[in-house]
Amino acid sequence: MNEVRHDIIIIGAGGAGLRAAMAVVETNPDLSVGLVSKVYPMRSHTVAAEGGMAAVIKPNDDRQHHIYDTISGSDWLADQDAVELFVDEAPRELIQLEHWGCPWSREDSGQVAVRPFGGMQIERTWYAADKTGFHVLHTLFQTSLQFSQIRRYDEFFVTKLLVADGRCQGCVALELRTGELHVLRAAAVIVCTGGFGRIFPFTTNGAIKTGDGLALAYRAGAALEDMEFVQYHPTGLPGTGILITEASRGEGGILLNTEGRRYLQDYDLGAPLDIHDPRHPQNRSMELGPRDRLSQAFMHEQAAGRTFQGKFGDYVELDVRHLGEERIESRIPFVRELALNYAGIDPIVEPIPVRPVVHYTMGGIDTDVHGATALPGLYAAGECACVSINGANRLGSNSLTELVVFGARAGRHAAAAAAGLELGGGAEIDRQAAAERERLAAWRARPTVDDRVASIRDDMTTAMEAGAGIFRDEASLAACCGTLRGLRARADRVHLHDDSPVYNTELVSALELDGMIDVAEAVAHAARQRTESRGSHQRTDFAARDDANFLTHSLAYRTDDGPRIAYKDVVITHWPPAARVYGAANDADGQA
Amino acid sequence: MSEKTIQLEVFRYRPDADGPGFQTYDVPFHDDWVVLDALNYVKDYVDGTLSYRWSCRMGVCGSCGMEVNGEPKLTCAAFLRDYLPGPVRVEPLTNFPVERDLVVNMDGFMSKLDSVSPYIVPKDEAGGGPSAEHLQTPAQLDRYKQFSMCINCMLCYAACPVVGRVDEFIGPAALALAQRYNLDSRDDGRERRYDVMFQDEGVWECTYVGECSEVCPKHVDPAGAIQQAKLSGALDYYKRMLTPWARRS
Repeated sequence: MNEVRHDIIIIGAGGAGLRAAMAVVETNPDLSVGLVSKVYPMRSHTVAAEGGMAAVIKPNDDRQHHIYDTISGSDWLADQDAVELFVDEAPRELIQLEHWGCPWSREDSGQVAVRPFGGMQIERTWYAADKTGFHVLHTLFQTSLQFSQIRRYDEFFVTKLLVADGRCQGCVALELRTGELHVLRAAAVIVCTGGFGRIFPFTTNGAIKTGDGLALAYRAGAALEDMEFVQYHPTGLPGTGILITEASRGEGGILLNTEGRRYLQDYDLGAPLDIHDPRHPQNRSMELGPRDRLSQAFMHEQAAGRTFQGKFGDYVELDVRHLGEERIESRIPFVRELALNYAGIDPIVEPIPVRPVVHYTMGGIDTDVHGATALPGLYAAGECACVSINGANRLGSNSLTELVVFGARAGRHAAAAAAGLELGGGAEIDRQAAAERERLAAWRARPTVDDRVASIRDDMTTAMEAGAGIFRDEASLAACCGTLRGLRARADRVHLHDDSPVYNTELVSALELDGMIDVAEAVAHAARQRTESRGSHQRTDFAARDDANFLTHSLAYRTDDGPRIAYKDVVITHWPPAARVYGAANDADGQA
Repeated sequence: MSEKTIQLEVFRYRPDADGPGFQTYDVPFHDDWVVLDALNYVKDYVDGTLSYRWSCRMGVCGSCGMEVNGEPKLTCAAFLRDYLPGPVRVEPLTNFPVERDLVVNMDGFMSKLDSVSPYIVPKDEAGGGPSAEHLQTPAQLDRYKQFSMCINCMLCYAACPVVGRVDEFIGPAALALAQRYNLDSRDDGRERRYDVMFQDEGVWECTYVGECSEVCPKHVDPAGAIQQAKLSGALDYYKRMLTPWARRS
């Protein structure tokens, strides 16, 4: 097997991975970075983020507000020490992106413009029209090209982390172009592979969001934290699940049921102002409530028969017509492009059909504020990690900021830890690499069975939606856990039709599925054992938040018989748990 | 009840097996399906050996460019209904070496992107990192914004007759990107990009056919960027001739 040595290996080259790579070089220009991705960096799903990126920069805002919005948005499950660091380092990281050329939308004065997003007291979302993630990703990628210390391995799929002497020392990667396996050795590995929305059938996530890095870390012994918390974005296009950004509501868009009513007023989200009132939209109110609460309100409206029925299931209407063509074209042009192309709707003249859709996974690889896991040498950052700043529900426009703040932190910390480190364990690494080669070879030699990768994947996503969707209970989760065990057995037998070494995308799909089933089991088991409702995790059989028993993070550890769930305390610094209040009543809040 | 179908004729090639050819698949026709949906149907339920790239299925990741009935298209944005009654011929992007099936080799494209120094060259390299934002007015943003919208889908390279003729031509997307940075009020890298942009295989190679702008799914208008660059390059040339001492390294 071809063997390469770097100081740091980064798996995943989206926003977090690229930022981490540059942080390594900034920290120590003598270090070499291997940046490994199953796709070319600019295909990473950061590219699809639309609305914007939160950081306190305007004089009317304050760190206390951003901290409080994030913590209350998380339903008090975020670690408050991490949130404080995050809020304090966010402005510097966004200014860094500005210096690297990100085309932020601007005020007439030339200063960066901000817009409101859901769950915020003060508007603080920086944006590049409604293609913020696209611009951030391309800015980071293009900027990274000037650093010769960063060696890219584009279209390499990592199949295993290598652990010897109690330390993660690299990985085995499949080169898709040739089918060759490579051993990439390093003093530290940073996993930045994104979330796992693709374990669900209806998601905004691109095809590549299969949670590969979580499965790698889980199998190497790291814990997956808070996996039961999955965010449904309230406004996806029916059928495709394509995201219609929250910025459409930040700019003043409203949600309507079949009666033409702004139904959010019936769910403790405040009272609506007239759409022509200059104070509309109001921060932390109505359409600018948090995502979990808006998606849950949809489910109640659906149960009450006040949603529209369409070919792709029920929907409500997102109406932005009152913004007018000029504002739609300047602020949310991508919304118009997507609605025109994929729903045949021009938002200038018609409301957009929308429904809740799996969007973001709060859970991930358990890390500290430096991105370090409990396994020495293994780091994680971005959506695949759980620091946790997102808790039970992520605040809109915190995720892109999380990529750069914690990508940079992980890169700096790994660089400091890796410099000059002498590694042993060479024989053990060789043994593991050989075993991995045999595992993959055996896979290709499996006997024919009457089953397909896609059929198992379909059954998995169906089970997740039925058992672990917006509303869950003991019966639905028990059934889901059982189904997933059966799918594990099927995945262990499934045979591949493609025997070519070159771009064998069927093999890649099978490897992705193999990991996704582990990740899905962690979600279902953690959800089953959390017998309370908090944020995005809503148990119909345990409807209330239970701080006495569950002000804790779940930790899933892999065993051959399925996940073992443990818990650790939430870090509280200055904001003791309180009720989440949105609407006008929240005016007195947030000044802790 | 018989389901309505449409036929795909898909280019197949495996370097480790027989030579290239076309394979036909009958797939269900849905009014709202794009060509990519049809390929995914084949991959998932008919023939797992078909290989192609895709991810976001919303026209922003740039992975799924292919020739559809001889035209470069994002297959996630090419609706089957526009190709009735079929068949729909799906081939890899032209002007690129084919690795397998619908997967092309991107090495050349990636090195061309890299060659134009597509990043801000700061005007003042003060140490200690950034402390404040640069001001950039909406008008200054508008000068380069359109050229910053490229998703690297490479449709313009497939459409460009010059790329087909001259391998070394830097090409539409990379030249538009160079121009994007040249026009950014925060950038001071014009000199650094000069030699690549204005070499023989740079902007002068473009014969302004405009196919690149025609096929661009994001309306970047690389042809316009190249024309702008030619004009400013010509002015730079005379400036260099007349004031050679002003040229920085």
